[in-house]
Amino acid sequence: MSTLPIVNPVEPFLRTDRMPHIWCPGCGIGTTVNCFARALVESKLPLEKVAVVSGIGCTGRVAGYVNLDSFHTTHGRAIPFATGLKLANPDLSVVVYSGDGDLISIGGNHFIHAARRNVDITVICVNNFIYGMTGGQVAPTTPLGATASTSPYGCYEHAFNLPFLAESSGAVYVARWTAFHVRHIAHSMVEAINKKGFSFIEILAPCPTLYQRRNKMGDGLDTMKFYKERSIIKNGARTHDVDIDLQGQITVGKFVDIERPTLQQSMEQQLRHTLRDQYAGMGGD
Amino acid sequence: MTTLTAATPKSVLTGAHFLDGDQAACEGALAAGANFVAGYPITPSTEIVERFASRIPTVGGVFLQMEDELASSIAIVGAAWGGAKVFTVTSGPGFSLMMEHLGYAAMTETPLVLVDVQRGGPSTGLPTLPGQGDMMQARWGSHGDYEIIALCPNSPQECFDLMIDAFNLSEEYRTPVLVMMDESVGHMTEKVVIPEAESIKIFPRRYTSLPPSEYLPFRPGADGIPEMVKAGDGYRIHVTGLTHDEKGYPAMNWQTQKTLVSRLVKKIRDNGDRICRWEEHQTEDADIVLVAYGITSRVAQHAVKMARAEGLRVGLLRLIVAWPFPEKRIRELAARIHSFPVVEMNYGQMFYEVERLAGSTVRTELLGHGGGMVHQPEEILQAIREAAK
Repeated sequence: MSTLPIVNPVEPFLRTDRMPHIWCPGCGIGTTVNCFARALVESKLPLEKVAVVSGIGCTGRVAGYVNLDSFHTTHGRAIPFATGLKLANPDLSVVVYSGDGDLISIGGNHFIHAARRNVDITVICVNNFIYGMTGGQVAPTTPLGATASTSPYGCYEHAFNLPFLAESSGAVYVARWTAFHVRHIAHSMVEAINKKGFSFIEILAPCPTLYQRRNKMGDGLDTMKFYKERSIIKNGARTHDVDIDLQGQITVGKFVDIERPTLQQSMEQQLRHTLRDQYAGMGGD
Repeated sequence: MTTLTAATPKSVLTGAHFLDGDQAACEGALAAGANFVAGYPITPSTEIVERFASRIPTVGGVFLQMEDELASSIAIVGAAWGGAKVFTVTSGPGFSLMMEHLGYAAMTETPLVLVDVQRGGPSTGLPTLPGQGDMMQARWGSHGDYEIIALCPNSPQECFDLMIDAFNLSEEYRTPVLVMMDESVGHMTEKVVIPEAESIKIFPRRYTSLPPSEYLPFRPGADGIPEMVKAGDGYRIHVTGLTHDEKGYPAMNWQTQKTLVSRLVKKIRDNGDRICRWEEHQTEDADIVLVAYGITSRVAQHAVKMARAEGLRVGLLRLIVAWPFPEKRIRELAARIHSFPVVEMNYGQMFYEVERLAGSTVRTELLGHGGGMVHQPEEILQAIREAAK
């Protein structure tokens, strides 16, 4: 009897020649990448037609590890890069994969405008509540009272509620999970990638090195237990009501799944309506 | 999107037109095959994107007005990697915001064109009035070491012509190319002759013919320039602004930095003689050679005529390409003339290049002001008289 070599099913999706990765033990980002690989398997998309765009930060390094066309761009600008990429090459499934500081702080303006336009891209935001790569500074997602290196006496600014921000800006698909919910994440990723329009998934993930440690929340495993205990799945919950605080309940689930014309559809419809047979299209092949 | 290998009649408005510099620049871009612009309005450059927004749907392509200049300058980089031929336009304040992506485009060797219609600065300065105060920002504005190509037209006709050249240079050297206009050239209206599409030479994108198994996205060819692919072609490339090896993978060490950054510098610097362009008027017997560019060169040329009428032996060297700077020619002239007055709408930018190259052998002088109005020929004439004493 011959034995088949054991290959991890996600390995073909990774640039294994770049391992080991930079992420710390207990970090949740790798978990989400594992989910992403499984989502790609499930989606059955041709991999040469999937592109990943990242900004800067720990999650921004995802683009460097996935074995796809991948772009590691500038801080906060993954979304407008992805917008240009998608419109120039509409056959691509474009996935923006970045962190909360990158997407929502320095890139916040691009986030709301891409959602408003309903650009047909998927945005995956790994939210670890702080700036990880630079050493654990306070972020616009840091819960009130949480300690960070630049909020040493506790954060006194209100955090963004990301699903609410995404929905009110115009996103057609909004979900939130924690790194504990691996099957839900993968399932949501498949839905989001297949969704026409601006789809958004927030994934709460531990940063044991800089967030959990400083806030005496234990290690990666403790955080998984915390997520398991505190998370309540409420599909269809009002995004207005899904704020996160330091120790309280975490509402997860799929909150928004609606239909609205994408930027490309609206553009082509309007131009065709006005220019009729003069309209020459988007310049495709 | 596909990048064209030849100009198409649809995009080329062959014939004689009465256009301002901004409109002519847009037509030049269309003639070069530009099919994607992400823009953000700013005076005095806005007419370029307005015209593009109006023209491109009937030619085939995309115009998108972005939320700011950070977005417009990176959206075009994304579109370039999606296969489009791209540019954006701005003026001083927006140019400052775009510096981050000028560096990113230089580092990732993304072909694109960026137009800066200069107005008086610093800060918001003089939105509707001319300046030439961004010339050193064009050269050094983004952080780190890189070389840049910058063209500076002095007429609407040249706005058209140099936009085509800018796109060709960006494809040939895989680098961002700047077109440094000024408000006066952007808003002056003159005759612009647009040639037949077949006579317009297009440098095609350097797409590889290698299969994915043999291709490395940042392995330079014999000329120091790597071949490109676009996303979706099955090559599964990685592109990063981090220091990267030939695979495109980040490598945080001095050896990779040296290999990469020296190549980015050398691919332009070693071709300086091929890229540099200037025009000379009456320099053959001149003792005094004015150096000017953009709108200022036209006033300077008039001043040369006035001075010649007085019997003064004066000429003009007009920069058509500002960066790389024509170092060799300035040194040659410095060996036989006695004075280099530099006329520009700033308090000394290209002047310092002339001084660096010629200051030890000839008299160099700045005729500069901070913009808001073009020089008067009489003030240049007066400076020529002083130099001739």
